Amino acid sequence: MSAVQPKNLRHDLQIIASWIEPESRVLDLGCGEGDLLQFLIRVKQVTGSGIERDEKKVGDGIEKGLSILQGDINTEILDYPDSAFDYVILSQTLQQVYEPAALIQSMMRIGKKGIVSFPNFSHWNIRLQLLVSGYAPISRQLPYEWYNTPNIRVITIKDFRKFTQKVGFTILQEAAINTQSETRFGKAITLFPNLFATYGIFLIGRGR
Amino acid sequence: MSEYIEHDRDNISVGIVEKKFFTFADPPSEMTLESGARLGPITLAYETCGSLNADRSNVVLIPHALSGDSHVAGYYKPEDENPGWWDNMVGPGKGIDTDKFYVVCTNIIGSCMGSTGPSSINPKTGLPHALDFPVVTIGDMVQAQKALMDHLGIEKILSVVGGSIGGMQVLEWCVRYPDSVVSAIPLASTTRHSALAIAFNEVARQAIMADPKWNNGNYYSGPKPDLGLAVARMIGHITYLSDKSMRLKFGRRLQDKSDFSFNFDADFQVESYLRYQGKKFVDRFDANSFLYITKAADYYNLEKRHGNGSSVEAFSKAKAAFLVVSFTSDWLYPTYQSRNMVKAMKKNGLDVSFCEIEDDWGHDAFLISNPRLTAMIRGFLERVSRTTQKSAP
Repeated sequence: MSAVQPKNLRHDLQIIASWIEPESRVLDLGCGEGDLLQFLIRVKQVTGSGIERDEKKVGDGIEKGLSILQGDINTEILDYPDSAFDYVILSQTLQQVYEPAALIQSMMRIGKKGIVSFPNFSHWNIRLQLLVSGYAPISRQLPYEWYNTPNIRVITIKDFRKFTQKVGFTILQEAAINTQSETRFGKAITLFPNLFATYGIFLIGRGR
Repeated sequence: MSEYIEHDRDNISVGIVEKKFFTFADPPSEMTLESGARLGPITLAYETCGSLNADRSNVVLIPHALSGDSHVAGYYKPEDENPGWWDNMVGPGKGIDTDKFYVVCTNIIGSCMGSTGPSSINPKTGLPHALDFPVVTIGDMVQAQKALMDHLGIEKILSVVGGSIGGMQVLEWCVRYPDSVVSAIPLASTTRHSALAIAFNEVARQAIMADPKWNNGNYYSGPKPDLGLAVARMIGHITYLSDKSMRLKFGRRLQDKSDFSFNFDADFQVESYLRYQGKKFVDRFDANSFLYITKAADYYNLEKRHGNGSSVEAFSKAKAAFLVVSFTSDWLYPTYQSRNMVKAMKKNGLDVSFCEIEDDWGHDAFLISNPRLTAMIRGFLERVSRTTQKSAP
């Protein structure tokens, strides 16, 4: 069993982990093989479970001793009782969700807090590509052509702030980071995050 | 379930095991069955592998399916032709690791493989019970297993693991004795049979009962209803496979011939296979036991028995951590049935893992060596074992 050490964890996941209180109950939507869950269980002693669509990833996660359910996050989320979790995490999946408002409302029903992260579509490089080349932008965070991308939505950090207001949630914490998707290094962006951050990560709570 | 028993390719085995017997419920303290009838004395055949640890916290109980027995792994004698029925899963270093866990497998009541059933001698008459044997349920089977656990001094079972009808017993354990079960692994199972499953069982039972040699169940002193039982087994085999597995295994290939015989011999390989399986089965299984066990499976309804018709209410009694597994090509107990139980477990805030394994081998997939299934069971058992040790005083 390969232990996920803090230094090996992807940078965006390290930030998410830093926001989570020890010994809390956590649900990770689209958890993959459960790297984040495994880390949180080891380091924060959380009670964690995850939902993942891919059979192989589910199998690998269960083999690691994690509690993982195979299924579609949009429907699986409906079965949990209210406030069953302290945190519900949606990491780098929002851009693939068909009904984001409904999903986030479900997240905030079953979880006291939600954590949402996504690739920031208003990064200067993306803006420049569209302006200069005229083709749909392709970045390391969103590496697909328009015809084969699983990402059906483009989201910017500013868009998400506006969205939480409209849907009725409070942003409790916010991090804008610049990192490549597979790396464990990254840096926080404090100046003009909507322009310079490749990822936005938000901790949201109930109520305005 | 079919038989896929073969020697371990790497010769890894629990080695020699012994079939043991436990008799209880001697009159006047017979066991009261779900039907209200009383049964006693009851004998259970059981086998164990591995060693029980000092605090008795490493017990894995394996209830078997329709035609199984207590011989889950290993050999009775070195020269045995085959090992136990789940030898690919149970043994040193295997998915259910006998270096770590103490495995108990017991033959269900109603069966004919050593436990009390219709072919056992009724002490009151000195003759086999036959149809005087009371109809037993999945709940009754589990109640008898609990008596064995009490006898062995096991208060808490680390995990109850079983597929198909064995999976029904797993679920029954969790709601009937929630404080005795730390975790549970129902494989290719259901909380109740679909009309499809009942229909196949009824056709199989009719095949037995239509055999004149069945003689209302009284055949123990004469010829047995071998034809009926063989046909019943053939029907079962079809339901355990899948369209794809049969296509891969047999297709339309002919058996030892290049053209049709233009009579009613077994031309196709699939015919020959089914006839062989049917014949093989009658040598070791009792027709009345087949009737009783299929009836018990058809009657099983966890929702009705424990939750007034609601699976959510039924699982509100459970406390175990669950690993639920289904297989894509299983049309006897399809994935939606596993998903329904998972849903009810989630609604009760239970710790549940679920995986639907892509597999061509139909309902039988749980019995066939499968690296993913093995890895998941190993990982799950390690976790629950670790958690139990951590929370121990």
